[in-house]
Amino acid sequence: MANLTTNFAGIRCPNPFWLASGPPTNCGEQVMRAFDAGWGGAVWKTIGDPIVNVSSRYSSVDWAGQRMMGLNNIELISDRPIEVNLREIADVKKRYPKHAVIASLMVESKREAWHDIVKRSEDAGADGLELNFGCPHGMSERGMGSAVGQVPEYACLITEWAKEVARAPVLVKLTPNITDIRAVARAAKRGGADALSAINTINSITGIDLDTFTPRPDVGGLSSHGGYCGPAVKPIALHLVERVASDPEVGLPISGIGGIGGWREAAEFMLLGCGTVQVCTAVMHYGYRIVEDMIDGLSNWMDEKGFATIGDFRGRALAKITEWKHLDLNYKIVARIHADKCIGCELCYIACWDGAHQCIHLDAAHYAHIKPADLEAASRARIAVTPIAKLGTPHAAPSTTPPERIPHVDEEECVGCNLCWLVCPAPGAITMEQVPVGKQSESWHQRTESHA
Amino acid sequence: MSHASASLRPAPAVPRNLEQFPELHPPLDPQSAIAEANRCLFCFDAPCTGACPTHIDVPRFIKKIASGNLRGSASTILDANILGLSCSRVCPVDVLCEGACVLHRYNKKPIEIGRLQRYAMDAFYAASGGVAAPFPVPPVADRTQKAACIGGGPASLACAAELRRHGYPVAVFDNRAFPGGLNTYGVAEYKLRPSDSLREVEMVRSLGVEFRQADVGVSVSLEAIEEEFALVFLGMGLGAMERLDIPGEDLRGVIDALHFIERYKTAADFAVGKRVVVIGAGNTAIDAANAARRLGAEEVHIFYRRTEREMPAFGFEFAHAKLEGVRFHWLAQPVEIFGRDGRVTGVKFQETSLSGTHAGGRRKVLPVPGVFFECACDMLIPALGQSRLTGLLEHKQGLEVSGGVIVVERATGQTGNPRYFAGGDCVNGGREVVDAVADGKRAAAGMIARLGARHG
Repeated sequence: MANLTTNFAGIRCPNPFWLASGPPTNCGEQVMRAFDAGWGGAVWKTIGDPIVNVSSRYSSVDWAGQRMMGLNNIELISDRPIEVNLREIADVKKRYPKHAVIASLMVESKREAWHDIVKRSEDAGADGLELNFGCPHGMSERGMGSAVGQVPEYACLITEWAKEVARAPVLVKLTPNITDIRAVARAAKRGGADALSAINTINSITGIDLDTFTPRPDVGGLSSHGGYCGPAVKPIALHLVERVASDPEVGLPISGIGGIGGWREAAEFMLLGCGTVQVCTAVMHYGYRIVEDMIDGLSNWMDEKGFATIGDFRGRALAKITEWKHLDLNYKIVARIHADKCIGCELCYIACWDGAHQCIHLDAAHYAHIKPADLEAASRARIAVTPIAKLGTPHAAPSTTPPERIPHVDEEECVGCNLCWLVCPAPGAITMEQVPVGKQSESWHQRTESHA
Repeated sequence: MSHASASLRPAPAVPRNLEQFPELHPPLDPQSAIAEANRCLFCFDAPCTGACPTHIDVPRFIKKIASGNLRGSASTILDANILGLSCSRVCPVDVLCEGACVLHRYNKKPIEIGRLQRYAMDAFYAASGGVAAPFPVPPVADRTQKAACIGGGPASLACAAELRRHGYPVAVFDNRAFPGGLNTYGVAEYKLRPSDSLREVEMVRSLGVEFRQADVGVSVSLEAIEEEFALVFLGMGLGAMERLDIPGEDLRGVIDALHFIERYKTAADFAVGKRVVVIGAGNTAIDAANAARRLGAEEVHIFYRRTEREMPAFGFEFAHAKLEGVRFHWLAQPVEIFGRDGRVTGVKFQETSLSGTHAGGRRKVLPVPGVFFECACDMLIPALGQSRLTGLLEHKQGLEVSGGVIVVERATGQTGNPRYFAGGDCVNGGREVVDAVADGKRAAAGMIARLGARHG
C-alpha cells in the first residue's frame, strides 16, 4: 500500500491533497469537514482587511452538455475580519494537529502590514504561509494580488518582508497572467521563499449573454474580467508548472494548482515535480467527498507502478520535455485503422480531409480519392426504402461495419499527426504505429549544426 | 367541378382515446433532448441519413438541438421531409435511421433519433402554430403551369409542398372529410393522433397548396383535371382492404382493420367486442389488435396462416403486441364465419401447413385436409392488406399498371404517360409514411424538370 504522507517544504500532512485558497476554505467549520472527508491540508481563504463582495460572482463554460468545464470568479479575498479567521485557524489546528493549515495572506504593500499579518498567522498556529501574489481581479486594482505578482521586484521585496519575521515555510503563489512565469518564480526565490504555488487563476471573460449582451457574471448589467480555473485550465497550468520546475534558477518545491479534479491530474502535476496539489473548482462542483477517489486512485496507481512514496515518481516527466529543436525528425508514425473495431462514423475521414492532410480515404476498391462533398452527394442521390420485414429476415441492427464505411490510410501520405486517432470514438480502432524510415535519429538542432 | 377547399373544421378528436392511447414514445424534455443530442457523434456521410428514405440530415438537425438552434433544426428536417412531425412518430426507426446508427457497434445504444426529431418538430409547431413556412416560398403568380395531386395522403402532401416550394401552383384532391390520408385515419392512436396529422396538412396549406374535397373519377373526372392542370401526380394510395371471401363476411361485428382503426379514432361511440379475432399478422393487424385490447376487449386473438417466422409485421411490433396481451395463433386460416341474429359469434378455421423451402419467396400455404376448429368471438377484424388499384387508371394511355400498382421510373416518379407521375402506396404497394414522402419528393423533382423543360 502506497504511503501518501507528505513533507512539503517542512509542512507535514497525511496526504498531498490540499484545498486551494477559495470558497471551500472560507471558515473553520468547512475546513474541519474537509479534513473529516480526507483532505490532507487546506490553504485558508485569503486573509486580509475584510472586503465587500458583489453578486453575482461566478460564471462558467459548459461544454457538450457538461457543466463547468471552466469556472470564472470575481470574488475577492475573505470578507470576514482577520481576527475571526485567525481564531478559527487556531481552533482547527487544535482539533486537527496532523493536518496542514496554510494561511493565505494579502495585505497592503507595506512592510509593517506584512510583518503584522505573518506574525499573527503564525501565532494562530498556521503551518505555512501562502503569499497571494496572483489574484487577477479586484485586488490587483488596489495594488495587491497579481499587481505584485506581475512585477518581479515587488514580489521579491514582499517575500523578503514576510521572511523577515516568518518561522513557518513561506509559499509564493504565482500568477499565470505574465509573459514569463519564471521571472516571478526567480524573484520569489531571491526573496527567500521556501516554496511556490502555481498557478493562480487566469484572466478571463467566460461568455456573453446573447439576450442582454452583458458578459457573465452579470452584476446589475455590468461585468468585469475574472479569474478562470477548472478542468479547462489544466494544460496551461501543467505548462507553467513545468517552466518553473525545470528552471535551474528556481529549484523550489511546487504545490500544483489548476484544473485538478481527480487522481489522474494529481499524478500528472506530481510527474512534473509538484510535491502537493491544490483543488478548488472540483470541490465547488461536487463537494469535499471527491478526495476519497483521489487518495484511493493515486494509491492504486502507485501500487500498480511499484511506487512506495510520491518521491518515487515526482518529477519523472520533466526529463521527457525538451525544446522542439531536439525532437527526432526521423521518428515516423502512421495511423492504422483496424476494421474489426471501426464503427464506421467516418469522423477520421472528414477530419483528415478538412483538418489535416487528405490521406484517409473511403474508396478502398477504386483508389479514386473521392472528396467529401462528392461522397455525401452520392449518398443523398441513392434511393433508400424501408426494408420489408418478413420472410424470416431478422431485424437485428448490423453488428459489423459495412466495408464501404471503413476508411483506409494512405501511409505514404500520412504525416502521423494523430488527429484521426484523437477524433476516433471507438477504442482501439485507430492506432498510431511507428514505421522504420531507415535513417538515424536526427533533430533539427543536429541537422542545422551539421550544416553550419 | 367542385372548387370548394376543405374547410377548417375542428379536427376529429375522441376524448376517450387520449386516456386509452397514451403516447407510445412520450416526448423528450429539453434536458433529455440536449443530453441525447450531445451523445450523437456527428458522423460524416452519416448512415442514419443514408437509411432515411427522405435523407434527412440527421446529425445536422441533432447538433442544432444541442446548440439551441431549434428553429434551424426544424428547418433542416422539413427541408428534407415536409411530414417530419408524423414521420418522427410513426417511422419504424429501428429498421431505418436508428437501426443504422453506428453506436450499435459502440455501446449498443443508438441515438434516439425519432424522439429528437419529434422534439424539434414539436418546438416548431408550438412556436409557429403550424402556419409559418419553414422555408421561403415564392409567389405563385409568375407560373402558369399547374399541377394536381390526386389523393391527400403523405405522398401527395410531400409532392405538393415540394412543387409549391419551387413556385408552382398546385391543388390536392382528396375525397375524405379531412386530408392527410392514412396519417389522419389509419395510424394507431398512440403513435399519431389525427390532430397532429392535420397540423401538418395546415402547414402544407400555408405554403400555398390548394386543397379540394372531391372524389376524382366520381365528382370530378380525370379529363377535367387534365384540362386545368399540366401535370398530375397520382398519390391516391391503395383501395379497400381485401375481403376474406368466405361465408358470413357481411355479419355485423365483422369490420376490416382500416375501418376499425378509422372508426375508433374518429367516432366517440364506437364500441369494441369482448372477444376479438384478427385475421392476418401484418403491422396493420397488430395496430388493430392492440387498439382492441386498449379499448377494452378481454381477449384478442391473431390468427395467421403462416408462422412467426413469415409474419410481415416488424419484430418490435410483434413484441409490443405480446406485451399488450394479444395472443398469436399460427398455421390456421378462416373458412367460415358464424353468426346469430345477424351478428358474428365465431369463426371456423382450417389448420394449414407450409410447403418446403420456396426459392426466392414465401413457402406456400397448404390447408390440412379435414382438420378444422372453431373460435368464438363477437368481433372479427380481417387485416389482409389493401386491394390494389381499380379501374380509374387502367385505360389511361401509356400508364402501366402491373400487379395492381402503377409502374414508374423510380428516380422521377414518371409513369408511361408523360403528364402523369405517381408515388406512395399506389406505386410501392403499401409501405411506410416516409417512403411515400420520399416518392412524392422525387416525383415533384421529376415534374419540375418536366415543367421546366416545357418552359424552355
